[in-house]
Amino acid sequence: MKEYRTITQIAGPLVFVEKTEPVGYGELVNIVLFDGSTKRGQVLDTSDELVVVQVFETTAGIGKDSGIRFTGETIKMPVGRDMLGRILSGGGKPIDGGPEIVPEKRLDITGAAINPYARGSPNDFIQTGISTIDGTNTLVRGQKLPIFSGAGLPHNQIALQIARQSKVPGSKEAFAVVFAAMGITKEEANYFMQDFERTGALERAVVFLNLADDPAVERIITPRLALTTAEYLAFDLGMHVLVILTDMTNYCEALRQIGAAREEVPGRRGYPGYMYTDLAGIYERAGIVKGKKGSITQFPILTMPGDDITHPIPDLTGYITEGQIVVSRELHRKGIYPPINVLPSLSRLMNLGIGTGHTREDHKKVSDQMYAAYAEGNDLRGLVAIVGKDALSERDRMFLEFADIFENRFVRQGYNEDRTIEDTLNLGWNLLATLPVEQLVRIDRDLINKYHPKFTKAGKAEG
Amino acid sequence: MEVKTEKPKSDTTGVLKRIAGPVVTAVGIDAHMYDVVKVGNEELMGEVIKIQGENIIIQVYEDTSGIRPGEPVINTGLSLAVELGPGLLTSIYDGIQRPLSVLVDKMGDFIQRGVSAPGLDHAKKWEFKPLVKEGASVGPGSIIGEVQETNIVHRIMVPPNVKGGVVKSIKAGSFTVDEVVCTLDNGVQISLMQKWPVRVPRPVNEKMNPTVPLITGQRILDGLFPIAKGGTAAIPGPFGSGKTVTQQQLAKWSDAEIVVYIGCGERGNEMTEVLTEFPELEDPKSGKPLMERTVLIANTSNMPVAAREASVYTGITIAEYFRDMGYDVSLMADSTSRWAEAMREISSRLEEMPGEEGYPAYLAARLSEFYERAGRVMTLSGSMGSVSVIGAVSPPGGDFSEPVTQNTLRIVKVFWALDAKLSQRRHFPAINWLNSYSLYLDSLHDWYDKEVSPEWNTIRSWAMEILQKEAELQEIVQLVGSDALPEAEQITIEVARMIREIFLQQNAYDAVDTFCDMKKQYDMMKAIRQYSDLAYAAQSAGVTPQQIISVKSKNDLPQIKFIKDYKPSLDKIQAEMDAEFNALRSAA
Ligand SMILES: Nc1ncnc2c1ncn2[C@@H]1O[C@H](COP(=O)(O)OP(=O)(O)O)[C@@H](O)[C@H]1O
Ligand SMILES: Nc1ncnc2c1ncn2[C@@H]1O[C@H](COP(=O)(O)OP(=O)(O)O)[C@@H](O)[C@H]1O
Ligand SMILES: [Mg+2]
Ligand SMILES: [Mg+2]
Repeated sequence: MKEYRTITQIAGPLVFVEKTEPVGYGELVNIVLFDGSTKRGQVLDTSDELVVVQVFETTAGIGKDSGIRFTGETIKMPVGRDMLGRILSGGGKPIDGGPEIVPEKRLDITGAAINPYARGSPNDFIQTGISTIDGTNTLVRGQKLPIFSGAGLPHNQIALQIARQSKVPGSKEAFAVVFAAMGITKEEANYFMQDFERTGALERAVVFLNLADDPAVERIITPRLALTTAEYLAFDLGMHVLVILTDMTNYCEALRQIGAAREEVPGRRGYPGYMYTDLAGIYERAGIVKGKKGSITQFPILTMPGDDITHPIPDLTGYITEGQIVVSRELHRKGIYPPINVLPSLSRLMNLGIGTGHTREDHKKVSDQMYAAYAEGNDLRGLVAIVGKDALSERDRMFLEFADIFENRFVRQGYNEDRTIEDTLNLGWNLLATLPVEQLVRIDRDLINKYHPKFTKAGKAEG
Repeated sequence: MEVKTEKPKSDTTGVLKRIAGPVVTAVGIDAHMYDVVKVGNEELMGEVIKIQGENIIIQVYEDTSGIRPGEPVINTGLSLAVELGPGLLTSIYDGIQRPLSVLVDKMGDFIQRGVSAPGLDHAKKWEFKPLVKEGASVGPGSIIGEVQETNIVHRIMVPPNVKGGVVKSIKAGSFTVDEVVCTLDNGVQISLMQKWPVRVPRPVNEKMNPTVPLITGQRILDGLFPIAKGGTAAIPGPFGSGKTVTQQQLAKWSDAEIVVYIGCGERGNEMTEVLTEFPELEDPKSGKPLMERTVLIANTSNMPVAAREASVYTGITIAEYFRDMGYDVSLMADSTSRWAEAMREISSRLEEMPGEEGYPAYLAARLSEFYERAGRVMTLSGSMGSVSVIGAVSPPGGDFSEPVTQNTLRIVKVFWALDAKLSQRRHFPAINWLNSYSLYLDSLHDWYDKEVSPEWNTIRSWAMEILQKEAELQEIVQLVGSDALPEAEQITIEVARMIREIFLQQNAYDAVDTFCDMKKQYDMMKAIRQYSDLAYAAQSAGVTPQQIISVKSKNDLPQIKFIKDYKPSLDKIQAEMDAEFNALRSAA
C-alpha cells in the first residue's frame, strides 16, 4: 500500500491531502505517525487535487510528516459469535484484556437500508414491567423507542430496568444486548457494567465504550459498529437484540463539530443540515426482516439540552423514531420513580402490539381514557393555582384528583417492581373507577360492563 | 416539451473529477440540465443538476461510497422519466420508480446499489381492448382502448407528446407493455406504455374550478375543513401529532378512485404498515381491496437523499397520468419537509448561496410548482379528472413560522393545523379547530346543500361559532373558574365539549369510527344541536345548568361513534332527550 506524505492542512478533525492517486469516497484511511503508531480516518471528499480525511481520533501528533495510507475499502467491522460477553472500545478494539475477535464476517459499518418491502411488521408485545410503558406506551419487538431525558434524571435506571425485565410473554427465544456508550462518564459506564454483571446479562451482551475522555469524533462510528454487530446477531444468528445507545446528544455534538470543521453552512442551532438523514441512518437500523428469525429493538437515550424537547437533537430524533419516552424533572422532584411523563410520551407501534391476541381487548381504550383524564386533571392544576379548589365544579375536582392518584399509583413503582400487563390494566381500571362511569366517554359500553370494577364480580365483592 | 428518446451521438462519456457524498462532478461530457447519467464503474444512476464551465455536477441516486475520481460517467441523454402503463397499481417503488419487490429479488433484503429495474414488468401480458376503430382520428391524450388492470380499468392513451392522426391499425389481444397495439397514419406507434419526464407537468385541456369535496370519512375534515377534489391541503405538525395517521386515513377512506402515497424521507415501518394493511382493507365504495387502487412510493429517511428529492416528482407524474384517464386521484406526500431538506442538502453541497434557514432560494418556487400540478381538469381527451394533493409538513420544533410551512401555506387552500397539545391529551385527529381553515367552503357550499342537507351549511357555521365562543370563555374560566360563568355560558361550554368529544374526536383505530360517512356526520351534529336547542330553552324556562348538564340520555351520544347501524340507537337517544327536557321544564 502506497504511503503519501502530502498533508497540506490540518483543521479540527480534518486532514487535507494532496497529489494522491484516485481515492474512493468513504474509504478507510490509516495515518502513520512519526512514532509508528496509527490513527484511523475516512474520506469525506475526494478529487484529483485534494482528498479530505476525517480522523476518528484526536489529531494530536499528526503533522505534515505523517504518512497517509488509503486502504482501498470502506470501513469494515469484523464480527463473530464470540463477541458476546466482550467489551470493546468505541472504535471496536477489545479493551477487556481478552483475545482479538475471531471474525466470521467483515461487514461494512454504514449498513445498507432495509428494503421497506422486505420489512416484517413488528407486533410482538414486549412486557417491560413498567406500567407507563406497557400500559400507555407499549413497546414492540423491532421498535426504536428513545428515552428523552435531562441531565441528572434517572434515565439510566429506567434503561436498565427495561433491559432487565423485558420479555415477550410466552417466548423463550435467544436474545442479546448491544450496549454502545458515547461520551458518558466512567462512573455511568460502570453503573451499566455492574448491573450487567450482577444480572448475568453481560454474557449475552456486546459492549462498546467511548467514554467522556475518549476522542469525540470516534463517537461518529461507535453506534455504527454497535448496529453492525446487532445486525449480525439478529439477521445472521437469529437473535432478538436490544440495542442501547447512550448518549445520542454526545453523538450529535460530535457531528456538529465535524460540520463546523468543514465550514459547512450550519442548519438549526449550528447542527448540520444533514443531521436528520445522518440520524436516520442510525435509527432506521432497527426492525424485523420478513423470513428472518431475529429482530433489532433500539433504546437510544438522549439528554435534552435545557430540558427542551424542541431542541434539534430530540426534535430530529422524535421525527425518526417510533415514539419517545419522556422523563420529567417535575415528577422526579416529586420523588416519583420512574418519572415518566406519559403526556408527551408516545409509542407509535403500540397499536400493532396490543389488543386481542397480544395483550387484552380493552387495552387501547383504557389507555386513551387514562390519557384524557390525566391531561384534563393536569390542566386543572394550573387553574387551581389561580382560583383555588373551591372555584372548581365537582366534575373538575374529580379529574384533579385523578391526576394525583394516576401519578402516585400508576406512574410510581419500584425499581425492581415487575408488573404484568394484567396488573397494569387492572390498575388502570381501578383508577378510572374513581371517575363517574358516564365520564368514561372513550370506552365502549361493552368493555365497561366487562372490566369496570363496578360491574365485575371481583369489583362488586370488594365494593 | 418533447421527451427525448434518442441518445445523442457524441461525447457521451466523461470522467469523474470529484466525489463528496451524493453530489459528484464530472468532466468531458456534453450534458444538458436534468439529463440522466450513469456514474462510475457500477453505473449508478444520477441526474445533471448544474453545469459550470466544463464541470458537470450530478446528484447520484445511490450510495457513492468507494467511487473514485477517474471512473467513467456516461450520459444517456434522457430525462429522468417514469414508465406509465398497466402494472403501476399495487406497486411499491423507490424514489426513482424502481419496484422494491424486484429489488428484493435482485439484491436481497437490504438495498444495494448499481441495480437497475424498470418501473413496469416488461414480460407480463395484458388483455387490451380497443375502444376506437381503424379510420378514427385521434389526438394527443385520446383514449384508444383499455386494459383491466386490477378492479380498475386502465385506459390506454395516445401519449400527449406525439402528433395525432388517423388510426391505421389497432388490435385486440394480449400484449406486453412494449408491443405496438396501434399505429397511426403518420407512423406513430402506440404501445400500452408511455414514458414521461417527471419534472414536466403533463398537459391538460383546461383547469377547472373544484366544486366537489373529496370525502374522507373524517368528521373534522369533511365537516369543518373540507378539501375539494383537485384541491391542495397541508398538514403541518410536530412529531407525533398525527400527520402520518391522517395521511393514511385519507389514503384508506377518501373517495378518490386512485391513490398515490409517497413516503418521502420517513420511516420504513410505516410503509410496511401500509403494505400489510391495505391489501386487507376494503374500499367502502367498491368493496375491493384498497391496494388495487393504490401506488406506493417509498424512499425512506435512510435511503439515498437524491432519490428522495425525485420521489415527489415520480409520484405526481403517476398521479397526473391516471388523472388523464379521467380519474379522481389523490396524492399524499409524507413529508414534504423531508423533500425540502433533500433540496437543502443537495444545494449546500453545490455551495449555493443559502436562503432562509439554509434552504435554497428556489424553495418557494419548487413548492408552488409542485402544488400547481394538483387540480381539477378537463383532460386532453375531454373528460374530467383531478389530482388532489395533501402534503404533510414537519416543522422543526413544531414551529410553524419556519420556511417550509410558511411557503406551503402561501400556496395551499386548506390548512389542517395539528396541535401537540391536543395529541398529548389523545384528542385525535389532533387538528386545531381554531387555526385550521378551508378556502373551498364557498365553492363546496352547493354540493353540501344538495348532497347532504339544506341545513348542513348552517349547522356547520353554528358548530364553528360555539367552538369559537368556547375558546373565549375558556380564557375567562382560566381566571375565575367555570362555576363563575353565567348560566347560559355554562351551557355553551358543555355543548362545545360535546362537539369536541363526540364530533371532532375520531379514533382511527376503531373498526367503526375510523370512517364516518356524511349522513352519519350530519346526524351526529344534529343530535348535538338538538341538545343545545333544548338546553338553552330549558335554561330560559328556569332549569339550572346543573340539571341540564346532568341529562342522562346525552351520556349515550358518544357511543354512537362505535355503532355501525347507529340510527335506531340515535333515534332512541334523541327521543329520550326530548322526554327528559320536557320533564325538566314542567318541573321548573
Ligand atoms: N386519528 C387518530 N386516531 C387515533 N390515534 C391517532 C390518530 N392520529 C394520530 N394518532 C396517534 O398518534 C400517533 C402519532 O401519529 P403520527 O401520524 O404517526 O404522527 P406524525 O406523523 O405527526 O409524527 C399515532 O401513532 C397514534 O397513536
Ligand atoms: N381551539 C382549541 N385548540 C386547541 N386546544 C384547545 C382549543 N380549545 C381548547 N383547547 C385546549 O383544551 C383545553 C380545554 O378543554 P377541556 O375542557 O379541558 O378538554 P376535555 O374536557 O376534552 O379534556 C384547554 O385548556 C386547551 O388547552
Ligand atoms: Mg375541562
Ligand atoms: Mg409521520
